[in-house]
Amino acid sequence: MKLITIAGPPSSGKTAVILKLIEAMDMPSGSIGVVKFDCLTSFDNLSYEAAQVPVQMGFSGKTCPDHYFVSNIEDAVQWGIESGFKMLITESAGLCNRCSPYINSIASICVIDNLSGVNTPRKIGPMLKFADIVVVTKGDIVSQAEREVFAFNIKQVNLTARIIFINGITGQGTFMLAKYLKNALEIDTIQDMRLRFTTPAAVCSYCTGETRIGEPHQRGMLKKMEFKK
Amino acid sequence: MNNTPNFMTLLNNENLATVIERFPIASDFLANYRLSDIATDRLLQSALEGIEEDILEEFGLEPYDLLLNFSVFLETFSETRADIDGVTSITINGGINKLKQPENISLTISAGEIISIVGPTGSGKSRLLNDIECLAQRDTPTQRQIMINGHELDDTQRFEMDGKLVAQLSQNMNFVMDLTVREFLEMHAKCRLSPNVNDVVEKCFQCANDLAGEKFAADTKVTQLSGGQSRALMIADTAYMSDSPIVLIDEIENAGIDRREAIVLLAKREKIIFVSTHDPLLALNADKRIIIKNGGIHKIIETSAEEQQSLVLIEKLDNELLKLRNHLRSGDLITKELINL
Repeated sequence: MKLITIAGPPSSGKTAVILKLIEAMDMPSGSIGVVKFDCLTSFDNLSYEAAQVPVQMGFSGKTCPDHYFVSNIEDAVQWGIESGFKMLITESAGLCNRCSPYINSIASICVIDNLSGVNTPRKIGPMLKFADIVVVTKGDIVSQAEREVFAFNIKQVNLTARIIFINGITGQGTFMLAKYLKNALEIDTIQDMRLRFTTPAAVCSYCTGETRIGEPHQRGMLKKMEFKK
Repeated sequence: MNNTPNFMTLLNNENLATVIERFPIASDFLANYRLSDIATDRLLQSALEGIEEDILEEFGLEPYDLLLNFSVFLETFSETRADIDGVTSITINGGINKLKQPENISLTISAGEIISIVGPTGSGKSRLLNDIECLAQRDTPTQRQIMINGHELDDTQRFEMDGKLVAQLSQNMNFVMDLTVREFLEMHAKCRLSPNVNDVVEKCFQCANDLAGEKFAADTKVTQLSGGQSRALMIADTAYMSDSPIVLIDEIENAGIDRREAIVLLAKREKIIFVSTHDPLLALNADKRIIIKNGGIHKIIETSAEEQQSLVLIEKLDNELLKLRNHLRSGDLITKELINL
């Protein structure tokens, strides 16, 4: 089975891109499954079910979404293999710009949209920096110049990624993405493989349910802001 | 010709201020790693000693990685992009239509040529444009093949060119950046690493104003331009700043911009131009037109001398309509006497 990890900020068009990608892969129905990792809730399962794509949803709830991803990804792979998929796609919402659910040797795609502001690529961080492919959506409604500046700013952060413009409504551009993914690594487990980047670190009192504000309640690993006089 | 310096050596021997002066984009690199405040009067290595320890760690970097990334960054952005320069022609070799009938065509289009694409909605225009964009090699549903300068392309070349080959322009596109016209053009020029930013910005601005019905100032916000002015700026920008050798124009409306002049301008800049349109004025202005039917290329019509003559009449009609529009705009009554057919 091939494993593809897809991440991107909320509402960047990940689900639309995945659905169009599945169409473009032109594989028998039911041979591609999706695992959606999100925080609290999501309605994307409805879109996948409507397209008859087998889907599992996982919600990180009160834990860090990245830690949640890495703690469950091997189980997801085993679910995919047991279900007889030829390809498993994981979709994760990058929520803190520090998220980067990518694994060495596993095809990693970041989805961002042209409406998010031209400098956004420079702020996204590991989720963009460590992707093999950066998919840019919503390009059909901004000017060519803005698309070019956006692509340039992506390149500043990730010099080697392929940048593919995809229209999530018409599917324009998915052909090349599908073509690229046909060469993705075949796996039967990802046990002992490594993440491309460490997950956000935090074991502080707030991680364990503290809600009170102020120095006396802050314990563990904390980062304090410096206010210049 | 290769006059790119070894950037590793450069960073090890010149202070940051000199590096930034020679390669202004270096300051973007520093900003991306939150290092805008770094001391620039010394070498990178010693400048890094003065920064907060956490910063590099948060980006998952050791000082040596930063040096390495910095030199690769500078190298990448000082390379000339040869891959899409020198596209002088594209060839469309026919595949099959939705009824699996062969298209039996081979059409070569050279830089400076204008081709219109006509056909009912849903007839397969977008499929043709998609094939061009991904440089189909008989592997898309249409089985068409697109060749560049008469050559087939392998997958590596296709990936290299993907996204850079075709510039697009349609009525649905808007500016979303909160910048003035001048700032916008400067930003785009900077991305192209143009050596003469001011010259190219000035040229673009002049040209956009020539195309626009109503003039605009360089300090107008791009988001405040009218539809026609936006279109004019987009076309001027594509003509002077976009590297893409192919321009795809999708139904631009005839309001506040001289469309024919705009398309001729792009052709003069040695672009290959596709205009998807239902407007006879634009369609007949093209050298050839591709007729799309049943998901395939039905035929290719070369604009004949007779059609060229009809074009004169159509232009007259169009001008009459334009005149009426102007009368409406200035608050006049539209009388039968105003209409000369």
